[in-house]
Amino acid sequence: MSKSLDFEEPVVKLREKIEELKEIAKIAEVDMSTEINTLETRLQQLETKIYTNMEPWDRVQVARHAQRPTTMDYIKEIFTDFIELHGDRAFGDDEAIIGGIASFEGQPITIIGHQRGKTTKENIRRNFGMPHPEGYRKALRLMKQAEKFKRPIICFIDTKGAYPGKAAEERGQSEAIAKNLFEMAGLKVPVISVVIGEGGSGGALALGVANKIYMLENSTYSVISPEGAASILWKDATLAKQAAEAMKITAFDLKDMGIIDGIVIEVAGGAHRDVQAQALELKKCINNALEELHALSETQLIDNRYDKFRKIGEFIEETN
Amino acid sequence: MAIRSLLSINKKKQKGVIVDRNKENSFPADLMAKCPECKKIYLTKELENNLKVCPQCDYHYKMTAFERVSILLDEGTFESFDENLRTSNPLKFPSYLEKIEIDSHKTGLNEAVLTGMGSIKGTQVVVAIMDSHFRMGSMGSVVGEKITRAIEKATEYELPFIIFTASGGARMQEGVISLMQMAKTSVALKRHSDHGLLFISIMTHPTTGGVSASFASLGDLNIAEPQALIGFAGRRVIEQTVREKLPDDFQTAEFLLAHGQLDAIFHRKEMRDKLATIVKLHAKGGVSNV
Repeated sequence: MSKSLDFEEPVVKLREKIEELKEIAKIAEVDMSTEINTLETRLQQLETKIYTNMEPWDRVQVARHAQRPTTMDYIKEIFTDFIELHGDRAFGDDEAIIGGIASFEGQPITIIGHQRGKTTKENIRRNFGMPHPEGYRKALRLMKQAEKFKRPIICFIDTKGAYPGKAAEERGQSEAIAKNLFEMAGLKVPVISVVIGEGGSGGALALGVANKIYMLENSTYSVISPEGAASILWKDATLAKQAAEAMKITAFDLKDMGIIDGIVIEVAGGAHRDVQAQALELKKCINNALEELHALSETQLIDNRYDKFRKIGEFIEETN
Repeated sequence: MAIRSLLSINKKKQKGVIVDRNKENSFPADLMAKCPECKKIYLTKELENNLKVCPQCDYHYKMTAFERVSILLDEGTFESFDENLRTSNPLKFPSYLEKIEIDSHKTGLNEAVLTGMGSIKGTQVVVAIMDSHFRMGSMGSVVGEKITRAIEKATEYELPFIIFTASGGARMQEGVISLMQMAKTSVALKRHSDHGLLFISIMTHPTTGGVSASFASLGDLNIAEPQALIGFAGRRVIEQTVREKLPDDFQTAEFLLAHGQLDAIFHRKEMRDKLATIVKLHAKGGVSNV
């Protein structure tokens, strides 16, 4: 059982209690089914109450959960014949982004995604899912390859942001991100992006200029982390919880603002509680999106992406 | 009030140049100025005549958008676009619109970018000039929209597009909407580029964050002014991340040029001439494929 989060503490405690009772009933050979049933009903009610009334900050905790499924987990569950392809052909292979070719419901597809680690060792190798420029350049290389062979592209977004480091600046972090936004705009194949964890700023957007954008229910997408926003706006990083609300970073917020196309509902308590069930839900979403996009011509796909981003912005236009 | 104005004078002295903010779009009204780089004291008139560049050490002072127009475009040719767009407050941040109002009054701009059309040595161009005196030149919906509309006009009229960037990055108060302006401007630039049209990006001090990670880096030619600070992440953030002292010239235009990230650095004095030449060299009439 994975570590519980503050807000779900009551659920976890009750669940433990039920397990305890079951154990006692078994050992003592007494019938406690009535008690257990009552508690299980109570658990269901509690789960519904807690998991349907999650605050933005609760969702941030779920999005950051160490055991939350990563790009690699979804690749294993959703696609077959996956072959990972490495390198940007210029500098190196950035393991904070993975990509490759695979089969989806019988059709060839290109998959690209940020890749976090689940252990410290893996996180160091993958730089905590925070890419360098060569990661974005690898992603673009694979997108262009997909375009040549007319394969749809699926991007999984899951990063705190592009890595803020010396080498990243020297090799052109800004240019690498900018180039992806620019080139993704012109891709002649369907592009679908799904935020599966944290969608942190430009480093996330660099895989996000898509025809269809979805977010898992407990994922976030923001211009800056709640901690960063709190320290800039109120000079106090401990106000992250308030910032998470004020900055409007949840899937529901982005759906309301018309920025994303849909929300992929998560299993109760978060995707980490049942990877297979979650992957199935995600697979349905990708399948529907692809079906819709296959109807569009190359020009229509490009125009569709243009119109999608062109309309984002809130301002007042005064009549002269 | 008296104390406040005394304080503000002190603050200005620390910065090295005394600027009269009450007089819109003007050079310093006071007589003397001290260069923050080389500490030389000279007449502000001298600075003005030298395009706000220190006559001794070449330090490039920040310019307002209107000052740039006056040194870049042929006199009287500039026609401003979309002055009727106003910032709204999508996330309902307290006092956000008041701050916008103050900066708007101070700069004479509706937002942190001035866009329009004019000519450089007789050639029509569409320009966008960011002004860091307006909310640090940060990009919210109106900045994104004005730049996108300017690019679309350039595409429609088949004209070159020239941008002078000066920005701290995305506008926090507009949250993820400001992030999406990076994508909006970039898709518009892609369409402009697909029409075979020229885009020149000139990065001025400072160009960082979301602006540097979108249109600022997408020029057919990426140019910078000397010593301009250009980068993705802030210096302090990087120092905290890598736990090492960064070189003094880190993220300067010269540092970027040395690392292959820029086409060239143009001194402000030669900016107009060089841009005119570049635009002329991209006029229709390259190799004919008939």
